[in-house]
Amino acid sequence: MITLEHVSKRYPGGSEALSELSLGIEKGEMVFLTGHSGAGKSTLLKLLALIERPTRGQVIVNGQNTAKVSRRRIPAYRRKIGMVFQDHKLLLDRTVFDNVALPLVIAGMGRRETARRVRAAIDQVGLLSKEKLLPMALSTGEQQRVGIARAVVSKPELLIADEPTGNLDPELSLEIMNLFDRFNEVGVTLLIASHDIELVRRMGRRRIVLHEGRLQADSGADGQLHGTV
Amino acid sequence: MARSKNPRAGKIGIQGRILGYLLRHVQNLLGALGGLCRQPLASLMTVSVIGIALSMPAGLHLMVENGRALSGGWESTLEWSVYLKPGVSERRAQTLADELQGQPGIEKVTVITADQALEEFRTGSGFGEALELLTDNPLPNVLVVQPSADSESAGQTTRLADELKKLGDVDLVQLDTAWVQRFHAILDTVRRAVTLASAVLALGVLLIVGNTIRLDILNRRQEIEVAKLVGASDAFIRRPFLYLGLWYGVGGGILAVALVQLVGLLLREPVSRVAGLYGSDYRLLSLAADEAGLLLFAGAFLGWLGSWIAASRHLRDMDPEF
Repeated sequence: MITLEHVSKRYPGGSEALSELSLGIEKGEMVFLTGHSGAGKSTLLKLLALIERPTRGQVIVNGQNTAKVSRRRIPAYRRKIGMVFQDHKLLLDRTVFDNVALPLVIAGMGRRETARRVRAAIDQVGLLSKEKLLPMALSTGEQQRVGIARAVVSKPELLIADEPTGNLDPELSLEIMNLFDRFNEVGVTLLIASHDIELVRRMGRRRIVLHEGRLQADSGADGQLHGTV
Repeated sequence: MARSKNPRAGKIGIQGRILGYLLRHVQNLLGALGGLCRQPLASLMTVSVIGIALSMPAGLHLMVENGRALSGGWESTLEWSVYLKPGVSERRAQTLADELQGQPGIEKVTVITADQALEEFRTGSGFGEALELLTDNPLPNVLVVQPSADSESAGQTTRLADELKKLGDVDLVQLDTAWVQRFHAILDTVRRAVTLASAVLALGVLLIVGNTIRLDILNRRQEIEVAKLVGASDAFIRRPFLYLGLWYGVGGGILAVALVQLVGLLLREPVSRVAGLYGSDYRLLSLAADEAGLLLFAGAFLGWLGSWIAASRHLRDMDPEF
């Protein structure tokens, strides 16, 4: 699903955020990306979302070389990837329903089909009774679940999440992770960046550890690290 | 890939897609109008500035049109004095007059014979006694040609004069009201100035709309970034702003038409009073339906273009972050 070959990223005037990073993630995998802040987690996700371009190396997502995706084609590319953010990035002046519907509205889906899919997505994150509320009326955990509903409403094959539990207490964090687990069960490939090592360890999934832009360790699917931590 | 992933593909035919596309445009159109109505004061200010800017060239244009109509009225009362060559007989003059009478562009031809002219000169000039010394009448026969009322422009009357000059018996064609032509020249200059002023004010409208839309875009930066993150194209994000600009322009156009008509209405009474004093029944022209339509269209187009420029410039810079 994701292949990185000798990927380096240097920001203008800065040091290298990623250096010579190579890794592969198979379809249907659920992978955690960990490491200290500044280790390159966000940069890696930005490369996948085409918010940034690599300085060197190749990023291949779903068989598509991202270097070949022109600026004009980026929106269509992004529509195939679900994205979850630490600050959930909801539109505060729109209802839960309208927030979740946004990707479908952008894709130009008909109203009836949109409503059906949006309700299904909101139901999956357990917020069906709150679809008419504004995000500010929800708790932080609920807001993040709305963000997740928005990320999965267009049924992407790949979902990337940047510190999705960064603002949540352990209980809510576990809830969110279990939600991700359920999406993985139906075949969605997930790449989740998190510095919550304890939580990640509990999930027992493959872990990729970055350190100063390099691959420090990569566990197997069992979550047991074989590198030096 | 993206196309075949489109969930509507295969389910809805091409007709449904076009319908959906139009529906979204109508939604955007009405949504933009709703957005304007939610901030009535700010919207009204922008619309007013555009309206005033548009009403200036429209008003000036109307002024020139009125000047033209007015001078057209004067011209129909002009007369050309056609001096025949010395030796052309009175009878020949009369025949010539009869020939010219009824030709296109000519309303009336009167003959002033040399004797009549001399008599008139004798009584009118005060040189009566001096003229007694002349043995011959030195004055030629003269035809007074009055152009028909429909030959309004300066060009047409000049052309008539040229034709008259070509007649074999004609010595000199004279229009002693050259000031009318000067007036026309001035009017042409003013008209050109109005065109230039229109261009400058159109640029002003573009900048006003552009700046308003720019501020609007900056205010909604977060919303735009989120939309970009979930895959909105620039065109999708730009669309509501384009309709917003369109509404600003249409509103400004309507206001401009209203302003010009109002000024016309206020001036109608005094103008007809002045005209009455000069024995004319001249009525002030107001904007015709097609001129009003053009003004509205110009407003709409400038609004749309202004927001297109602003949106294209600023949306490009607004790449999302997380």
